[in-house]
Amino acid sequence: MQTLTLTVNGAAVTLTLDERTLLVELLRDHLRLTGTHVGCDTSQCGACTVHLDGVAVKACAVLAVQAEGAEILTIEGVGSTEHLHPMQAAFREHHGLQCGFCTPGMIMAGIDIASRHGPAPDEPTVRAELEGNLCRCTGYHNIVLAIQAGARAMGVPSSVATA
Amino acid sequence: MFPFTYHRPVELASAHALLVANEDAKLLAGGQTLIATLKQRLASPSDLVDLARVPGLTGMAREGEALTIGAMTRHAQVSASPLVVEALPALAELAGRIGDPAVRNRGTLGGSIANNDPSADYPAACLGLGAAIVTDRRVMAAGDFFLGLFETALEPDEIIVSVRFPIGGWAAYAKFANPASRYAMAGAFVWKGEGGVRVAITGAGQNGVFRWGAAEEALAADFRPAALEGLALDGDDMIADIHGSGTYRAHLAGVMTRRAVARILERGSP
Ligand SMILES: Cc1cc2nc3c(=O)[nH]c(=O)nc-3n(C[C@H](O)[C@H](O)[C@H](O)COP(=O)(O)OP(=O)(O)OC[C@H]3O[C@@H](n4cnc5c(N)ncnc54)[C@H](O)[C@@H]3O)c2cc1C
Ligand code: FES
Ligand code: FES
Repeated sequence: MQTLTLTVNGAAVTLTLDERTLLVELLRDHLRLTGTHVGCDTSQCGACTVHLDGVAVKACAVLAVQAEGAEILTIEGVGSTEHLHPMQAAFREHHGLQCGFCTPGMIMAGIDIASRHGPAPDEPTVRAELEGNLCRCTGYHNIVLAIQAGARAMGVPSSVATA
Repeated sequence: MFPFTYHRPVELASAHALLVANEDAKLLAGGQTLIATLKQRLASPSDLVDLARVPGLTGMAREGEALTIGAMTRHAQVSASPLVVEALPALAELAGRIGDPAVRNRGTLGGSIANNDPSADYPAACLGLGAAIVTDRRVMAAGDFFLGLFETALEPDEIIVSVRFPIGGWAAYAKFANPASRYAMAGAFVWKGEGGVRVAITGAGQNGVFRWGAAEEALAADFRPAALEGLALDGDDMIADIHGSGTYRAHLAGVMTRRAVARILERGSP
């Protein structure tokens, strides 16, 4: 067993866990943050995408112990029911989801794309960036539109985006 | 996963001591290969030695005519580094096409070459650029480092510290990515500079990454895609699996080599 401390959605948490615990298990099973999904458990689908120290990672491919001291942001931490994050609002507006299973990962990936590529990523860029996020329902078209709209709404200046 | 003990050393020497003290210990870098291997119970290390907090393993620096990249530098950092983009644009591009963004945010240069997957990208760049692999005890030429399928010259307790890539010449990498995994079905890293031409092929050979000597000779004499006409790798030496036959991969390796040559010429050199 190993004791670790990390920040999840702005709150410090300390847990004692089996070394084999995955970051996604820490989030879902121990903190009950079940918005982060497990679609494949083999690093393919991106449903488990969260931000670790500001960058997108697949939480099924990170051991919880590797996240000691890190800041984790999950879908629960990006907005609230009253105040959706601009990327969440864009997914609703543009029908970027059907069953919704891939959506938390898509939104976390989308925010990551906007923070690196700025407010106006073109379609090929968004499609290439979604290489690691699979959707079984939508055919991606509206997901791409939603991420472009969300990036615009986030309005991250491109100087920040290219840093 | 089988149970293991997790260590987070903060010095290279203590990481090494842990490997020596525990015969079945394994280093953990980005975990993008190793964690999947543990999940499938294909490996059962007694101990995992996480390199994340060991100082001096991350970062990129230009030292004279070489670019040194730390073993723990993530693929995303390499692809976005202005230093790499300027000194070795083909290397930055290669790093930016490994897997997907989340994999690139975790996966490391050291982990990739230590693993020496026959379809991995970095091994082709190391061979093609004539890189030197720097470990905690020696410096090895890339040609002496990659030995075969998932096999390298590393000792069980040896730790890769950095890779030194010579700067100079012109290079390009062309990869036909498996549409599902993004690993190379065939990838060709071509370099032309003082001292000739190197062609490193990944994704295709049954023994992992290799240099295609016949193509190097033909291109040294005449650096044009057409110089490769009539040259072919032997399909019997290539990987054959559900994704493609050996003959298919041999053909694809030729196509990728011609594309890499064409790209070098397009960019106005040499
Ligand atoms: C979905 C997906 C797609 C991918 N696509 C590609 C692709 O297109 N092209 C490609 O090349 N790769 C691809 N990869 C693999 C990826 O690049 C891995 O990051 C890489 O192969 C391993 O690096 P790592 O840092 O994650 O190493 P780990 O998984 O942590 O370690 C791998 C091995 O290297 C050893 N090791 C690690 N660091 C050192 C060191 N400093 N010294 C000695 N030994 C060390 C470990 O003990 C272990 O045996 C993909 C992976 C995934 C999950
Ligand atoms: S559950 Fe992590 S990538 Fe699919
Ligand atoms: S909306 Fe159903 S998987 Fe994407």
